[in-house]
Amino acid sequence: MLAVEKSHEMALFKHDDVVLVRQSVRTAAVEIGLSLVDQTRIVTAASELARNTVVHGGGGLARIETIRDTTKRGLRLTFEDHGPGIRDLELAMKDGYTSGGGLGLGLGGAKRLSSEFHIESQVGEGTRVTITRWKG
Amino acid sequence: MDKIPILHVGPFLLVTIQVDMHDRLALTLQDDLTTQIVSHRARGVLIDITALDIVDSFIGRMLSNIAGMAKILDAETVVVGMQPSVAVTLVELGLSLPGIRTALNVDRGMDLLRASRESEGPIVGSREIT
Repeated sequence: MLAVEKSHEMALFKHDDVVLVRQSVRTAAVEIGLSLVDQTRIVTAASELARNTVVHGGGGLARIETIRDTTKRGLRLTFEDHGPGIRDLELAMKDGYTSGGGLGLGLGGAKRLSSEFHIESQVGEGTRVTITRWKG
Repeated sequence: MDKIPILHVGPFLLVTIQVDMHDRLALTLQDDLTTQIVSHRARGVLIDITALDIVDSFIGRMLSNIAGMAKILDAETVVVGMQPSVAVTLVELGLSLPGIRTALNVDRGMDLLRASRESEGPIVGSREIT
């Protein structure tokens, strides 16, 4: 059974919002007692995904949730936009692939930094990425 | 508008990043540094990231860009003070920071810049083929 202990949504439209999301994710990560390296991993992943939402998705929202299953606590982050969507998810996940002039490490990198990674995207509808980092 | 101060230490430029940078601020720093390398004829750039608790792909690219531009302008770049957790995360993210030299702290970074300057030796003017 998965229980959501705490949930908090933030608008994500400007570059400054990316900074605010990073700070809120850090606070939540400290709260559930993630190690320093795990805090750094999840905040870095959040930064990549939040920037994607702003730059590629035309803005959207970030949801920060503290979750618990029977044995452990974790941090679940959702990034949602109603932008153009991703035509080829497999290609978008590849390192070095970029549509925005970046390094193309955003999605693949965020996946490597998370315990769980889930992406859904519909062309013309938008994209939703969910990542989880469990404690321990 | 926010700006990150750039200090002049002898022939070198010293930048201490102390804020959580948004993307535009990072780009401004990149522009300011390249301008000042030329206007102050700097031979080296030292970037202290001790206060940065994350380096994502955007900041990583900015650091690589600065190092690349500085090199073209005949200046060496050394990044110092990276936290261990940041180093771990950078590698997992897939960033290797190509072209960037690193040192543990400002002192060692300065030593590195001085040493690489001395090894160049004095410039004796252009060489002629006889």
